[in-house]
Amino acid sequence: MTVKLTVNSQVHDVDAEPDTPLLWVLRDLLGMVGTKYGCGVAQCGACTVHLDGTPVRSCVTSLSRAASRQVTTIEGVGADPVGARVQEAWKAVDVPQCGYCQAGQIMSATALLHAAPRPTDEEIDAAMNGNLCRCATYLRIRKAIKAASGQVEA
Amino acid sequence: MDARMIDRVPTDLSRRLFLRAGAAAGGGLLLSFGLPGLGRAADETLGGPFEAFVRIAPDGLVTIAAKRPEIGQGIKTSMPMLIAEELDVDWAKVRIEQSPIDAKVFGEQSAGGSTSTPDDWEPMRQVGATGRAMLIAAAAQRWKVPAVGLTTEPGFVVDRAGGRRASYAELAQAAAALPAPDPKTLVLKDPKTYRIIGKAQRQSDTPAIVEGKPLYGIDVRVPGMLYATFLKAPVFAAKVAKVDLAPAKAVKGVRHAFVVDGGSELEGLLGGVVVVADTWWAARKGRNALEVTWAEHPTSAQGSASFAAKAAELHGQPPHRNVRTVGDPKAALAGAAKVVQADYSYPFNAHATLEPQNCTASFKDGKVEIWAPAQNPEDGRELVAKTLGIKPEDITIHFTRSGGGFGRRLMNDFMVEAAWISKVVGAPVKLLWTREDDMQHDFYRPAGWHRLSAGLDAKGEVVAWRNHFVSFGEGERFVRAAGMNATQFPYGAVPNYALDVSVMPLGVPTGWLRAPGNNAYGFVLQGFTDEVAHAAGEDPVAFRRRLLGEPRLIGEPGKGDSFHTGRMRGVLDLVAEKSGWGRALPKGVGLGVACHYSHRGYVAVVMEVAVSEGQVKVRKAWAAVDVGSQIVNPNGAEQQVQGSVLDGIGSTLGQAITIENGAVTQSNFGDFPLLRLADAPEVEVHFRITDNPPTGLGEPALPPSPAALVNAIFAATGKRIRSLPIGDQLA
Repeated sequence: MTVKLTVNSQVHDVDAEPDTPLLWVLRDLLGMVGTKYGCGVAQCGACTVHLDGTPVRSCVTSLSRAASRQVTTIEGVGADPVGARVQEAWKAVDVPQCGYCQAGQIMSATALLHAAPRPTDEEIDAAMNGNLCRCATYLRIRKAIKAASGQVEA
Repeated sequence: MDARMIDRVPTDLSRRLFLRAGAAAGGGLLLSFGLPGLGRAADETLGGPFEAFVRIAPDGLVTIAAKRPEIGQGIKTSMPMLIAEELDVDWAKVRIEQSPIDAKVFGEQSAGGSTSTPDDWEPMRQVGATGRAMLIAAAAQRWKVPAVGLTTEPGFVVDRAGGRRASYAELAQAAAALPAPDPKTLVLKDPKTYRIIGKAQRQSDTPAIVEGKPLYGIDVRVPGMLYATFLKAPVFAAKVAKVDLAPAKAVKGVRHAFVVDGGSELEGLLGGVVVVADTWWAARKGRNALEVTWAEHPTSAQGSASFAAKAAELHGQPPHRNVRTVGDPKAALAGAAKVVQADYSYPFNAHATLEPQNCTASFKDGKVEIWAPAQNPEDGRELVAKTLGIKPEDITIHFTRSGGGFGRRLMNDFMVEAAWISKVVGAPVKLLWTREDDMQHDFYRPAGWHRLSAGLDAKGEVVAWRNHFVSFGEGERFVRAAGMNATQFPYGAVPNYALDVSVMPLGVPTGWLRAPGNNAYGFVLQGFTDEVAHAAGEDPVAFRRRLLGEPRLIGEPGKGDSFHTGRMRGVLDLVAEKSGWGRALPKGVGLGVACHYSHRGYVAVVMEVAVSEGQVKVRKAWAAVDVGSQIVNPNGAEQQVQGSVLDGIGSTLGQAITIENGAVTQSNFGDFPLLRLADAPEVEVHFRITDNPPTGLGEPALPPSPAALVNAIFAATGKRIRSLPIGDQLA
């Protein structure tokens, strides 16, 4: 069946079962592969996107749940000034090693900065602890969040 | 013994290559290597895709090829830096491209064993210097002056006496017509004049990563591509006994479902059921609808508990064989004033790359094109050729960026699976493993058991050291990555030494995990060294200094397993100084130290931990590192050291793969925990620059990390951790 899905302010007609996870709609049907598959069960955060600005794991978010909302992905987060600032900080600090988790990290960090414009270490811990990084780039993730929120120089 | 990973001596193909130059299609200079005697004309080689290390286009654009796979180790940036430095170009204007896979042009193209830097350090700089010499020669011809009077500034040949300059772009065409100079005539730059090497450079793919651009194997899209999932038996190499494929085929979008009979070699194509669909989700739904009965398999009775019981039994018996004996350790132990004995063990461990194994393949008319996140594609080419019965030259492999490697992608099982599936269905296919597939069909770091004995004389000197290592294998043969080299310190520093080995058979696939072998031996040997220090009544750093003794080389010069005590002493002293070793700490807080040599790197780590109510918190880590005379990219070097130290903390705290009834019990990150942000301490990194050839950093900072952690726990609590992971041992 066809479902209308709004991704990064663009409306798409998606032909998929309503229980299809948003992750696979984005990657395989819309060709937006920036959102990554890591675990499939909301344990790693690599697939994090925003639904109406709230971070969700797209691997366990059904198409039907996403259909009535605004979906934002890594490909579109730069249109949001906070998202753009996070991306710039990620580049300035040079966070990635393999880079695979970083789209999810950036989406979680952007949501955090919307909720807490100058987050404390504890707030960063709480917001980012669901995003795994196998290369353990955590020190630079923390630094980039502080840089994006103007608390340190990148 | 995994010679390639642990004792590797660089006999790299690239050493047998010679440099050559040619004209680029559309004009400009191309620089490449060539194998002597292959007889491919330069224009034939160089006219196609970017089959060269350097391309200087007439418009001035400089493109440099990264020849090895990027798995997060930063090689796609650091090796082009070497070329750019000697070519003398403006780094900000260089474009980096991943090279095609072609050993005839690029030599060795694997990523493993931290070998890229030591193997490429000289040849890559020679590539750049060759280009620079040819551009100078072209300018000399143009201006009719001797080349010796000319020099370069980034992107230009400069004639100071004549007060003129010419851009590389202007000279590229003329330079391409000149013969490449003899590498022996090249003069490489004085490191003091470096503009690029030794300066922190951003990783070249960072902007694309941050913007979510398609880079990885999982992102590959080929016209007409279908999606595949492959359900393999939980027991390794077991075959399908019975399955009804109809429920999978009934799922909307499913195009094919079929049984793969598979072979018995664990690194090859194994038995299972494949489902291919229009989308991966449809394929997975189809797979979920299947009920498969697996055939009985000889290894379905094996398990971690029985392995441990067998190891204990073997430790109670004379070892199967002796690998190395120095002096008379038996007599020395019998005559020692004090004997310390302890059993150390560690479990199987998984790579858990965050990008699950995947591969895209397109089989057509007896030829196959492959897009793979691979660390060692040439082995994959052989495996695919053998399994599909086609010629190696009929296989084209493209590198993609890898979402983590850690040694997992040195194996190419995913490549042969994708090629096979594409051949069966007659269409391009992207095979993607589930996380559960990935966790349960890895090539695991082998578990191991060590019974260690050390003898101290009345003065506290170590007079004997014995290690009875129980591992997996049969007869003289170890399973992959399960052997131990006899030259691990304190070999050569104690008068009586023995490494004995006993083995038991294994039906679990094993492989190289970041710092193979050493990631476990560092824990075992440096943990036990700490025990011996305490038994000798000495401070752990002071004891290690004494054990290292006078600066000297143990082993043969230039060999990967030779060990310089002075270099280790250097990093040990540095880390002790930076960490404030010996300072007073509150109750429940402790400092632990460990130092370990692997992959030609000397690394010492100190950790400060706090233990409270059975919970360990690493408060800070310090690492001191000696990888020679030059840190190529200080930015990437810091990343690798921090990542390695944190990797060691994560694996030590909670990671284990356990086997029950022949299969892996863990399935996802819920039962195989990776380190999380809140548990990642600051890692302060210090490099000690020494007059030695530069070596790699993907691995050597990991091995000391687990021991520094458990030694710090001992300092904080008096509890000695001898078996990994720590898990709830402090509860």
